[in-house]
Amino acid sequence: MRSQKCIVLGIESTAHTFGCGIASNDGRILANENSVYIPKEGGIHPREASRHHSTVAYKVVASALRKAKIKKEDINAIAFSQGPGLGPCLRSGATIARAIALILKKPYIPVNHCVAHIEIGRLISKCYDPLVIYVSGGNTIISAFDAGRYRIFGETLDIAYGNCIDTFSRNLNFPYPKPNELHPLDHISTEGGNFIELPYIVKGQDISYSGLLTAALKKIQEGFFWRDVAYSFYVTASAMLIEVAERALAHTGKREVLLTGGNARSRLLQSMLQLVCEERKVKFYVVPSEYAGDNGAMIAWTGVLAYKHGIITPVEKSTIKPKWRLDEVDIPWRL
Amino acid sequence: MNFEKLLGVGAEAYLYLIKWFDAEAIKKVRVPKKYRDSKLDLFIRTSRTIREAKLLTAARSIGVPTPTVYYVDTDDSTIIMEYIKGQRLKELFLSLNSLVQKEICLKIGELIALLHENGIIHGDLTTSNMILHGSGHIFLIDFGLGEFAYDIEARGVDLHLMMRALESTHYNIAKDCFNYILEGYSRISGVNISKLVLLKVNEIRSRGRYIRKRR
Repeated sequence: MRSQKCIVLGIESTAHTFGCGIASNDGRILANENSVYIPKEGGIHPREASRHHSTVAYKVVASALRKAKIKKEDINAIAFSQGPGLGPCLRSGATIARAIALILKKPYIPVNHCVAHIEIGRLISKCYDPLVIYVSGGNTIISAFDAGRYRIFGETLDIAYGNCIDTFSRNLNFPYPKPNELHPLDHISTEGGNFIELPYIVKGQDISYSGLLTAALKKIQEGFFWRDVAYSFYVTASAMLIEVAERALAHTGKREVLLTGGNARSRLLQSMLQLVCEERKVKFYVVPSEYAGDNGAMIAWTGVLAYKHGIITPVEKSTIKPKWRLDEVDIPWRL
Repeated sequence: MNFEKLLGVGAEAYLYLIKWFDAEAIKKVRVPKKYRDSKLDLFIRTSRTIREAKLLTAARSIGVPTPTVYYVDTDDSTIIMEYIKGQRLKELFLSLNSLVQKEICLKIGELIALLHENGIIHGDLTTSNMILHGSGHIFLIDFGLGEFAYDIEARGVDLHLMMRALESTHYNIAKDCFNYILEGYSRISGVNISKLVLLKVNEIRSRGRYIRKRR
């Protein structure tokens, strides 16, 4: 294990965000610059998103270096998110990271995107061994560390929580959610509504969202009051997630809970988990908004942890892994 | 009921040890969840209580060891049932030697097949939901997520859950254990049905997220 001072620059590009973060081994985030591709209509188009990434890359990286107030010689290694994610987006990020590594002649560190969401949450929220609820547009995973890996104690069997929520919102013509504003569905859920029964699908530790989405959209078409459908949809989708989270909590006996990922911003999820944690007398942590969505800092910080344990990859072997599961990654920096 | 001792707080229910006509019994109360909409909460608790009571009784009647149901109260989402003295397999399992582990897995496979042959799907097969009784019998509990179904899909989902549970809790021996469970399963259901179910399990696995050999 290397213990000397080190600074790692991280590149994130799994989906709609191109990010560049810089982190040092004492746990400081020196820079966290991100640019998010917002589609004119519909969801993320992988090709369009990857074009966005290539276009903004130079500006984002330059601005991260400026903010960190470091010279490029100070950087010890380059980390990049190798997966999971959208192929074209991962590829443009990896290409940019490779170029930087080759120019600076620095080692190249592959980082798993899901691991990065967990590690930045642990760092910023200052928790040690939490049950992790990782929810975003691409992933919905309940995980806890055990014997060298982040084991998965529950996940979605089809689409992710965020994907489900976003597709529904778009169908109701809600505006694209802004990171620092309350989500339209959060407005509705705080006000309450008449509950309509929708498919509530929990299979053991896992959940399934595609049936719920279809059923909710059908209710809208059938002429049910949209506000009631939206309310019921949002509380049902969230209750399913919280239920499997609580099962995992009972099963693993962890004393901390960490909510991370883009949908950690959901007020409803936060308040529901808060209630569960109070009842079970465990500590509850939410990653701050800045580090909730995809960001470069999380890749840089996880890169620091990996670099200290000598996890580097030759550029020739750095092919992206669009389907890289969280539980396939060894975590040598935790005992 | 003058005697009541809290035995454990599960994910969705409180378990009490009580006296029921001079016998020791378990009272399982599905408690309201504050985080859920009250209508949704009532619906989930009531339907699962009814389902669990039905499935426990049905399973017992075909010779699968489950606690006897003494009393059901849907208003309070409460089931009072037989107290099974024994240890949960989850805690016990890794301390057993591999021969005993094998025997237990074979037995689990037989029990699951017996359920499935009779149209009972457990819905939450994990080693936390199995109790090794002093008599050597393995008792199955927690049927709240179960259903009555005969199709291969439902059987596959059930066994897939078992596999996932082994992988997350007993990851070192998960593969061997699951193979023995399948072996036990085919003793009851026959080789042909077992093959079909295993194919379904693999298909269900491949529907999952980030599985490389999907296409």
